[in-house]
Amino acid sequence: MDFLSSVFVEPFVQIGQYPLFFVEVVIGGLLSGVMYSLVALGFVLIFKASGVFNFAQGAMVLFAALSFAGLMEHGLHWSIALVLTMGIMALVAIAVERLVLGKLVNQPHIILFMATIGITYFLDGFGQTIWGSDVKVLDIGIPQTPIDVGGVFINQFDIFAAVVAGLLVLVLAVFFQKTRVGRALRAVADDHQAALSVGIPLKTIWAIVWTVAGLVGLVAGIMWGSKLGVQFSLALVALKALPVLILGGFTSIPGAIVGGLIVGVGEKVAEVFWGAAFGGAIEDWFAYMLALVFLLFRPQGLFGEKIIERV
Amino acid sequence: MTFKKLSAAAIALAIGFGATMLTDTAAMAQDGGQYVPGTVYRSGPYAPGGIPWANGYADYFTLLNERDGGIGGVKIVYEECDTAYNNDKGVECYEKMKGNSPAVFQPLSTGITYALLDRLKADKIPMITSGLGRADASDGTIFPWVFTLPVTYWAGADAIVQHIAAKEGDLKGKTIALVYHDSAYGKEPIKTLEYLAEKHGFKLELFPVAHPGLEQKATWLKIGRQLRPDYTIMWGWGVMNSTAIKEAAAVGYPMDKFIGNWWAGSEVDVEAAGAVSKGYLSAQFHGAGADFPVINEVKTHVHGKNKGAGPADEVGDILYNRGLISAVFTAEGIKVAQDKYGKRPLTPEEVRWGIENIDLSEARLKELGLTGLLNPVKLSCADHEGGGAVLIQQWDGKAWKPVSDWIMPNRDEYLRKMYEDSAAAYAKEKNIEPRDCSKES
Amino acid sequence: MLYREAGQFKTSYARDWAIFPIAQDRIVILGLLAIAAVAVPVLSNDYWIGTIFMPFLVMSMAALGLNLLTGYAGQLSLGTGGFMATGAFAAYKLSTAFPGMPIEAVFLLSGVVTAGVGVLFGIPSLRIKGFYLAVATLAAQFFLLWLYNKVPWFTNYSTSGVISAPPRTILFTDIYVTGPQAAASTKYLFALALVAILALAAKNLVRSSIGRRWMAVRDMDIAAEIIGIKPLQTKLSAFAISSFYCGVAGAMWAFLYTGSVEPLAFDINRSFQVLFMIIIGGLGSILGSFLGAGFIIALPILLTNAPHLLGLDIPVDVVSHLEFMIFGALIIFFLIVEPHGLARLWQILKEKLRLWPFPY
Repeated sequence: MDFLSSVFVEPFVQIGQYPLFFVEVVIGGLLSGVMYSLVALGFVLIFKASGVFNFAQGAMVLFAALSFAGLMEHGLHWSIALVLTMGIMALVAIAVERLVLGKLVNQPHIILFMATIGITYFLDGFGQTIWGSDVKVLDIGIPQTPIDVGGVFINQFDIFAAVVAGLLVLVLAVFFQKTRVGRALRAVADDHQAALSVGIPLKTIWAIVWTVAGLVGLVAGIMWGSKLGVQFSLALVALKALPVLILGGFTSIPGAIVGGLIVGVGEKVAEVFWGAAFGGAIEDWFAYMLALVFLLFRPQGLFGEKIIERV
Repeated sequence: MTFKKLSAAAIALAIGFGATMLTDTAAMAQDGGQYVPGTVYRSGPYAPGGIPWANGYADYFTLLNERDGGIGGVKIVYEECDTAYNNDKGVECYEKMKGNSPAVFQPLSTGITYALLDRLKADKIPMITSGLGRADASDGTIFPWVFTLPVTYWAGADAIVQHIAAKEGDLKGKTIALVYHDSAYGKEPIKTLEYLAEKHGFKLELFPVAHPGLEQKATWLKIGRQLRPDYTIMWGWGVMNSTAIKEAAAVGYPMDKFIGNWWAGSEVDVEAAGAVSKGYLSAQFHGAGADFPVINEVKTHVHGKNKGAGPADEVGDILYNRGLISAVFTAEGIKVAQDKYGKRPLTPEEVRWGIENIDLSEARLKELGLTGLLNPVKLSCADHEGGGAVLIQQWDGKAWKPVSDWIMPNRDEYLRKMYEDSAAAYAKEKNIEPRDCSKES
Repeated sequence: MLYREAGQFKTSYARDWAIFPIAQDRIVILGLLAIAAVAVPVLSNDYWIGTIFMPFLVMSMAALGLNLLTGYAGQLSLGTGGFMATGAFAAYKLSTAFPGMPIEAVFLLSGVVTAGVGVLFGIPSLRIKGFYLAVATLAAQFFLLWLYNKVPWFTNYSTSGVISAPPRTILFTDIYVTGPQAAASTKYLFALALVAILALAAKNLVRSSIGRRWMAVRDMDIAAEIIGIKPLQTKLSAFAISSFYCGVAGAMWAFLYTGSVEPLAFDINRSFQVLFMIIIGGLGSILGSFLGAGFIIALPILLTNAPHLLGLDIPVDVVSHLEFMIFGALIIFFLIVEPHGLARLWQILKEKLRLWPFPY
């Protein structure tokens, strides 16, 4: 009885009592969700263009952040470090295409998926061999202190992150809709063979997609890195992005954003108001359960393309 | 083509294995010194904390070898094995190293401690869990092979509450929150805090944080914006610590009401969190900084000769000092055992006796250049904790400064009894016959 | 020459249905079993048994389980760690709640409990497939670990949340097989027996009608449904039986291998490790599960010890990082040269041996 009340009654009483606090939790959740979306975007880009579920996105986030912070530690100006890191990510993308994906054409999806786990291990080890495993402080000069908006505390850093994510989506949208390469990417995403037959170079396109995903990873890495310090644990943010991915659909960029927001709000509200009933720390699985329940009703995710199967 | 490549790889693997089999006994024979294993982690998610500890641990043995020619003329042969804070790897390291007559293991991971408990007993090898591991192992009658000097988590939790009580006066009606790593490690202090909550009449609120602790916004919204506890205690490790400090600052929680335990209070944590961490408190069982004779010796004899395990500027950091202190315990155990058994490489069983008879008095600490770095510790057959004390320190933006005297945990009052009760329950579950300490020499 | 089946006639149905119809195969398998049962415990020391053979047996069992689900029934799962944890905690609860229960029954019942949990988390597979399913099984992974960590009843209210195996003897004897008193070789032989029996069961299972149904669903689930295979029963039975194996593996991990365990031992990396094993070993192959487990267990140990053997003095952190890199690179290398896994290589080898020493 106690348990039932703590699940079905008390949380709502609390929400009713402190509506302002509820608003604050929701806003906090939305802003955390943006951070998840940043990571999820990289997954979506690659899955859309090549059908590869790129588990290495988390490792790419870490690797990009490590390279950026490491170069800055060597006394480079941040702008030079940024350009160099972008170059490094492009090299990684080309290497991945040449050495891994190019050799695994026509293999089942699960093999490609496993290969990206191999890439994950390699990048984790490689990044740490070069840059070391101690924490690198990455200060991009955004204040971490909260501002008070009508009784609701909002972290300035989180707002900045949201703005960055918004800009990123905007840039990606322009890139996909307005540029030649972007159109080619969309063509490849729709149908590999049709794209090939109209003369779109598949391999180049893949290298470009991985580069773009690497750059998105770099942005995510800088944001997460300046939040937590650049260290090995950054690679684990990938696990936070997976439920976002299934919620939003593997192939949809707006899906990644909306999915991130839903997951962010859902898990924060659940943890704050329902956490006590279950003993706390439910954030970790809550997002997955949410996604799971959701999938039962829409197996292709929120914005995913409907799967049509024929025998 | 493919097949040839693969069979070549397979053969290479097989040869490699054969070679391991042949050499794993030969290569590890003792080179006439005292073998000391270092189960450390310099990789994995917790490496930022593991590296300075490992460097401190290694440097102290280098110091002994360089300055004194070892312990009692016996060179220390120190070998590291990377566990990555991973239990299976820790067990593998242990199994690999245990054949070399290792002096004592210090796994630096509560999980590995648990995994080794049964094995130590079968192999007759001692283990020191300095400021980690299971607290009830302080009862030497049930856990003859495990040593918890100088303090356990339970004693640490008690000391923190003592500090809060000293600041606040009466704790009745106050609220204290515990933010903890949701693992065997983080759960250790709960029992003690629950006992104290009942005794002092304060309200204890628990906030588990799932490994690795990248996301704590919900936790801190609840603590900082709703609950507003008078004090918050943290049992964290790794990235969880700096995240917690940042999120605490983001909800405007005052740093000087926020106390971490000794694994949540190193330079790594506060520096990664940035300027907001100024004022953050942490409990330690040793001093911070480089202003101690033994640290100066390390600077001259180890880093001065370019034999340091890590960069010279980390000497004196909290975790470095902790590694060094842990090495002192190992070395002191060997020394005490040498006094009884003779100056030669000792067996683990002999070292165990040595550790059990460690008496780091003020005079002995001074001799070792540890005055102020460590409070006296004296072990006995039954008491494997040794009566260490705890110090509260504050981060002033540049360095850790002590803000309390040495706080002595209330062992006589209740901690000792809690150890014994818990150990007795363990003994019952495992069919262990308690050792009779009156018969020990 | 050595591997020639000429002259071996199948004169009865029973012989035609044999698991190993070729005499040489039988000899090799029995020989390997004999080596594993006699030579290994006699010749190897604690290190070899404790850090290579024991985890190999335990992980082979888990790999068998996942291979039944993913390799035979085509349902990709990342929840193996959660199911292993279920087995470990079920075994702990069973053996502490009923101290008189024979340890053999504890192992099997913990598998049965896990099978039930597996069916529960297998239900979404009826609606979703592929990577969506894989990520959905992560819900099982995270939820189960959280559950065992959070509910003190599972750990008998231990403060630390760590469970340790109570001492138990083998049925009808007083030889300790779990707990601190048990000898490494006893544990090893016990584990070997379990694995051998359950592997035999698995081998027969996939040749039976249920195994055929799994494969039909794997190859094309809609087509399978059209020819009258019920997807509900087929998929859920795959989840149940696979989870049974994973559960037993988890119980073995806690009771026979490490002796004490906290939920963190079965985290997401464990799930990936098992997935690696079946992919490197060979999807849809019983033998592959063993080869993959051997490879994935042995490789890191070999890599860690390699510099020491070669007489190189490399700092341990560099070794660890290099180990990561080489491990990742080797995974990719194997996937590129032989996507069907080590089991496929073994097949090729057999083909070649059949002809050897003649080229055609």
